[in-house]
Amino acid sequence: MTQQTLDHAAAAPAVASGKLSLGRSRVRAAWIFLAPMLLVLLLVAGWPLARTIYFGFTDADLSDIANYEFIGFANYLEYDDGEWYGLLVDPDWWNAVRNTLVFAFISVSLETALGLIIALALNASFPGRSILRAAVLIPWAIPTVVSAKMWGWMLHDQFGVLNDMLMGLGILSQPVAWTADPQLAMAAVIMVDVWKTTPFMALLILAGLQMLPSDCYEAARVDGVHPVKVFFRITLPLIRPAIMVAVIFRLLDALRIFDLIYVLTSNSTDTMSMSVYARQQLVDFQAVGYGSAASTLLFMVIAVLTVVYIVGGKVNLGEGNR
Amino acid sequence: MAEVVLKGIRKSFGDIETIHGVDLTIADREFVVFVGPSGCGKSTLLRLIAGLEEITAGEMTIDGQMVNELPPAQRGIAMVFQSYALYPHMTVYDNMAFGLKLAKASKETIEERVRRAAGILQIDHLLERKPKEMSGGQRQRVAIGRAIVRDPKVFLFDEPLSNLDAALRVQTRIELAKLHEDMAATMVYVTHDQVEAMTLADKIVVLNAGNVEQIGSPLELYHHPENLFVAGFIGSPKMNFVKGSIAAVDQNAIEVALPGEVRTRIAVRPDGARNGDEVTLGVRPEHLIAGGADSQLVGRVDVVEQLGDSNLAYVSLPNGATVVVRSEGDARVREGDQMPAGLDPSQCHLFDADGAAFPRVIQ
Repeated sequence: MTQQTLDHAAAAPAVASGKLSLGRSRVRAAWIFLAPMLLVLLLVAGWPLARTIYFGFTDADLSDIANYEFIGFANYLEYDDGEWYGLLVDPDWWNAVRNTLVFAFISVSLETALGLIIALALNASFPGRSILRAAVLIPWAIPTVVSAKMWGWMLHDQFGVLNDMLMGLGILSQPVAWTADPQLAMAAVIMVDVWKTTPFMALLILAGLQMLPSDCYEAARVDGVHPVKVFFRITLPLIRPAIMVAVIFRLLDALRIFDLIYVLTSNSTDTMSMSVYARQQLVDFQAVGYGSAASTLLFMVIAVLTVVYIVGGKVNLGEGNR
Repeated sequence: MAEVVLKGIRKSFGDIETIHGVDLTIADREFVVFVGPSGCGKSTLLRLIAGLEEITAGEMTIDGQMVNELPPAQRGIAMVFQSYALYPHMTVYDNMAFGLKLAKASKETIEERVRRAAGILQIDHLLERKPKEMSGGQRQRVAIGRAIVRDPKVFLFDEPLSNLDAALRVQTRIELAKLHEDMAATMVYVTHDQVEAMTLADKIVVLNAGNVEQIGSPLELYHHPENLFVAGFIGSPKMNFVKGSIAAVDQNAIEVALPGEVRTRIAVRPDGARNGDEVTLGVRPEHLIAGGADSQLVGRVDVVEQLGDSNLAYVSLPNGATVVVRSEGDARVREGDQMPAGLDPSQCHLFDADGAAFPRVIQ
């Protein structure tokens, strides 16, 4: 009996070394399949990010990017000769942060509300629904630069169709410079963004609506629940996870907004977002070090806001919580 | 008095009519079961009573009140769905209280009614759980509890047990029967399972392709099916059918000639029967006598199913038809044997060429 046990114990390692156990070979296969993707990600996302963070601690200049010195946190904050310098005390930077937050908050709120309404309408069954569902997506399908340019023309103070229409209707007495007027520029940018990305929101929420169990609604009819209450007490709580995920997608997008604002209003301080500010420093002022610091800070702001949102909103980004 | 009366009820979806004029009276406190194969319209009929579908033609009254135009909530009904239809984001308590809360019932009333329903169904300990944290059987209890809380005149059940496993189904079936007794309410129950129908119903409505085939008590349907469809649908394993022809007709019986030179005399009222007419003899597996009898069918045993308490022998007759014979569990029947299946004329049914039964004469 003892001899048998010993023999068995001696044989076991031999078997194991000859053939990997199933679990370990699966793990190895997983790494082999993942490796190319990880490598590509490292090259196209990891490396530029690391470079940007690194440049943020230097005084590199675009005209001669090979020669730079390491200057620590001076791009962010530096005390020199009785005065503070750096990004963290730059009023233009904070203006850009404020603009970005205002833009992101208002546009995402409007898109969520409108997207929800459109999704509810598209979820009802009526003839021609599938065509309408496709048609709604058109603004989302147009490249941002193209639609921004298009809206730029429509909003033009002299030749724009919007002024022409509003004056024809007698609502305006004289043309308005939509994108140049400091009071209106941000509103114009938000309006175009809402026009463009509401379909995306509507589509994501529609997907959530179609997952809803229809029998609950019949139970509600038997319970005699008013349709408005059905919406607020049943539909809304049930699609909340879908809405939260849709909002986070849009929020991440809106916080790094660049193309739309840059094409519509270029470097105007009234609408300058964090990305536009970073580009201006980096390209127009050739300050690669300072611009990189701004980009890094932008990355941090988005990261912090995302974490706050996910934790605060209890968003479940994994499987749906059914 | 919560009597439900259907008069000439029809339902069309677009151009397709699925319920072809149903007349039915469900008495107060009666347990009525709609049974039939998939697509026979039994669920549609229940949904018409619930008000979840609009009635195309005909009249329906519940408790004397015309309900054709009334929304579900005002019909005094409560419905238990096959998929339970619980609100996934609410606790059991809230699921049961939801309707009352929105109807602005007082907190005490809600509390009292929910506790009482939970007590009846023994789900007191689950009140703070969410649907996804419960088993199928528990969810079904909650769904029934939600119906009880509404204190309806009529309970409607749409295949409530079909998502449960076999053991739980039997247990819940017994509890439903008890619930019916305790609640003293009218209940309408839809199922495709004829065992549920037989065990629960005071009255069974057999539906087929949107028509009522027969209405009657379980034993009435078992002993006196009015046509081939009901005869084949009620009973398990299903009734054997053997083609034959009428050899002789007298006042209270018909003599039938069956394949293999077999003749048997069946006590039925021979309404309009004539010599030579094609007929179908129906006899249930449990009524065939395994050892043979005066008149008997003989064939070769193809398959034997041993159920423990009984054996089912599938016997193929010389003319190619198969009959099933139920015999005692310890009877020795082997595949390949020649087996006589004796006919007891008092347990036979006879159907004419159109499938309508000749009424049996009870001796």
